[in-house]
Amino acid sequence: MTTIAKLTKKDFQSDADPRWCPGCGDYSILAQVQTVLPELGIPRENFVFVSGIGCSSRFPYYMNTYGFHTIHGRAPAIATGLKMSRPDLSVWVVTGDGDALSIGGNHFIHMMRRNVDLKVLLFNNRIYGLTKGQYSPTSELGKKTKSTPAGSIDAPFNPLHVALGANASFVARSYDVDPKHLQGVLLRAAKHKGTAFIEIMQNCNVFNDGAWEHITDKSVKDDMQLRLEHGKPMLFAKGKKGIRLNGFTPEVVTLGENGVTEKDIFVHDEKAAPSLAMLIAELMAPHFPTPIGVFRAVDRPVHHELDQAQLAAAREKKGEGDLEKLLHSGDTWTIS
Amino acid sequence: MDTQPRPSAPGNKAVQEIPAVTIRFAGDSGDGMQLTGLEFTRATAIAGNDLQTFPDYPAEIRAPAGTLPGVSGFQIHFSSEPVFTPGDQPDVLVAMNPAALKTNLKDLVPGGTLIVNTGAFIDTNLQKAGYTSNPLTDGSLASYKTHEVDITRLTELALKDSGLNAKEIGRAKNMFALGMMLWMYGRPTEPTMRYLKEKFASKPDILAGNEKALQAGYNYGETAELFGVTYQVKRAAITPGTYRNITGNEATAWGILAATKLSGLSGFLGSYPITPASDILHELSKHKHFGFTSFQAEDEIAAMCAAVGAAFGGTLAFTTSSGPGIALKQEAIGLALMTELPVVIINVQRGGPSTGLPTKTEQADLLQAVYGRNGESPVPVIAASSPSDCFDATIEAARIAVKYMTPVFLLTDGYIANGQEPWLIPDVKRLPPIEVRFRSDPNNFFVYQRDPKSLARDWVRPGTPGLEHRIGGLEKDKLTGGVSYDPDNHDAMVRLRAEKVERIAQDIPPTKLHGGDEGDVLVVGWGGTHGAIYTAVTQLRARGKAVSSVHLRHLNPLPPDLGGILKRFKTVVVPELNLGQLQKILRSTYLVDAKSINKVQGKPFKVSELVSRIGELC
Repeated sequence: MTTIAKLTKKDFQSDADPRWCPGCGDYSILAQVQTVLPELGIPRENFVFVSGIGCSSRFPYYMNTYGFHTIHGRAPAIATGLKMSRPDLSVWVVTGDGDALSIGGNHFIHMMRRNVDLKVLLFNNRIYGLTKGQYSPTSELGKKTKSTPAGSIDAPFNPLHVALGANASFVARSYDVDPKHLQGVLLRAAKHKGTAFIEIMQNCNVFNDGAWEHITDKSVKDDMQLRLEHGKPMLFAKGKKGIRLNGFTPEVVTLGENGVTEKDIFVHDEKAAPSLAMLIAELMAPHFPTPIGVFRAVDRPVHHELDQAQLAAAREKKGEGDLEKLLHSGDTWTIS
Repeated sequence: MDTQPRPSAPGNKAVQEIPAVTIRFAGDSGDGMQLTGLEFTRATAIAGNDLQTFPDYPAEIRAPAGTLPGVSGFQIHFSSEPVFTPGDQPDVLVAMNPAALKTNLKDLVPGGTLIVNTGAFIDTNLQKAGYTSNPLTDGSLASYKTHEVDITRLTELALKDSGLNAKEIGRAKNMFALGMMLWMYGRPTEPTMRYLKEKFASKPDILAGNEKALQAGYNYGETAELFGVTYQVKRAAITPGTYRNITGNEATAWGILAATKLSGLSGFLGSYPITPASDILHELSKHKHFGFTSFQAEDEIAAMCAAVGAAFGGTLAFTTSSGPGIALKQEAIGLALMTELPVVIINVQRGGPSTGLPTKTEQADLLQAVYGRNGESPVPVIAASSPSDCFDATIEAARIAVKYMTPVFLLTDGYIANGQEPWLIPDVKRLPPIEVRFRSDPNNFFVYQRDPKSLARDWVRPGTPGLEHRIGGLEKDKLTGGVSYDPDNHDAMVRLRAEKVERIAQDIPPTKLHGGDEGDVLVVGWGGTHGAIYTAVTQLRARGKAVSSVHLRHLNPLPPDLGGILKRFKTVVVPELNLGQLQKILRSTYLVDAKSINKVQGKPFKVSELVSRIGELC
């Protein structure tokens, strides 16, 4: 076996100049992905980036890997066919809130329930950017856009709820402008076997500027972010506050007040049932800090491995498929 | 090689030799008529007749027992002469209940033979079938040779000591009917006995019951005074070789496996259940030892998309569906043609539009296949002409897809998909390989550079170092494959994609004419109408008419010699199970005043219909 020279970020930069709007959160996400991939020890030619349609879906053009910019909403389905037929490849899906949760909702959930070994990056900016500003399936109720001048009447999806409801084996959240956190989550996702889903809160500075500011802005992030760590109590505000479960109802408590100690704080468990991860995913501004990090990471049978095992078992039982034998199987008769 | 035909039934019954016969088995969906028909077919094939069959079953969900919508039928036409259709009208009708009689009697030839299960002609069944009086006693069947047999009771008697319950005994009456019919046509029971042993290997009681019912039916035919005569249809003079029966859907599935083997690639099917195409998915799912992955996707779109993804990965990819499913796939087919990836799309056509007639046949998706996508989006289209031809047509579709790096449509239809005929099994070793070349040389690599002859771009497997590239549905630069909005480049690419599909014509062999090279009428057909057209033209020629026919496999592009052939006839006529789709294409392509013979009843053409309508033109 030949040793592969360690790749660098530069190896993953294609010769196409990224053409997102200046200031778009996508630039940072691209940079973090290009930073993480060399860490995986996978030859560059074995990466494939598959995308649908939308601003996020331009992503493959800027990666010097194999890439497929497909059609609206269908990237998970195309990537599923690719991964099933080529288990040796590392296949990544890049999508957006409209692409994954609106037009592609069906493929999105089925990819997850099957646990297809794909790394899925959903850039959530809560707006349609490429079509210049209509409300998306993650836009808040009452959102005024070009297509909803009187405000959206559609309740939004929480992408994590959709993923957890589809029994995704890896569910995480990060955001565009925290390189370190995003890199950490990307690395975890890359190493997960099965569908690894990351919601990346991303700012569209043209059509929905500041959509996540109340969570990501430096001035509020300590109070408004809950950084999940497996086996650790859910503390935030520099350890001063935490999340306590009162029955099935989470509540914010302050350590040292009313006799609250760290022992009362809910401990994060990535391996817990999806219902518990659902509960955490419900924590939302303004009443709660927004959790980021890995919500769920469990081992489940991986789709292509099950498929390959069936193919192998069939060969084991019947021998390698023989066309001539097949054509002559059952009743035949010979005319001389 | 199996059992030789047994000499016709022993005993003192007269044996009458006949050249051909068409039998229809009809009963309630729960009566097992399809199985009865298939088993009769198996015995008939082994007896050396040429044959064709056609099942006619109701919509998928079982209608209430005994009602008209619940009637299921199976027709077989067999002969000592070559057979190309399942027969226009049955000569013999086996009716297992009043509803079956009511819905099928109108098709029986005048004076035809009727075998009725009298045991089912009770008041409630008569009412369900809408009879106000019992046709067995009111004289309405007087013009037919009617044989009344209480199959229900005879089966009960035969199985009274079998230990089976009433319901299980009721289910065995189709075997009694089959036994009777096997006797009547001098067919052996052994192939069915073998089949039963296999099917009920784990249920010895049921096996014994079915065997007993079959034998009882056979013995009844032999001993009962009812049937004065048995019939013999001699062996047909058939090309020597080893044969089997095959349906169109089976042949398509095996064609997929064969094409995969011939290409040396691994194979992938993305599919979603839909009538009448699902059997292809079922069949392929049985043969995982071929290393073939069949994937039941979440919907039609995903099925096509998964196939496109597999093709991008360097796998021989297929999708199977029917009309409405194809409509959903069209956007992804457009992606495959834009990114120039080989995928075979198989449309087992059914009655449309919309949900239409799922279990009935039609040829109304030709224009959908040729034109049904946004933009200038040429896709090659070929069609299979008979059940066994689906095998060759599937391989041909895969060959075109890979050679020209393009999605290819293969059109079959419900009629040939479910119809069955004997098939001369090809010598696998003599099937020409499908040549596949993946590029691995990174020097001077441009994604959209082309083979000068076929205009195909290189196929590159992800995982090949130095050839990393990005493709997608946006317009491509004609060399680099990069996104291009350049007006002249788009103009060039639109023309190039059209030219590439046109070049497939260079591979189309000379068109075969049935009949003379010139004359009064040329009948142009395509797809599953082959048998009816061929037979009708043969009959008209026997009457001295100057009529010929061609049957097209290649519908886009059309054969390069077709224009010349059309000119040599005074009249061109196109029989189609649609309102004139190939006719429109021929008119626009060749400026020829092609006439049309249309039928949109969910049923295939009858030979007699075509004889009379083509006959009007010559």
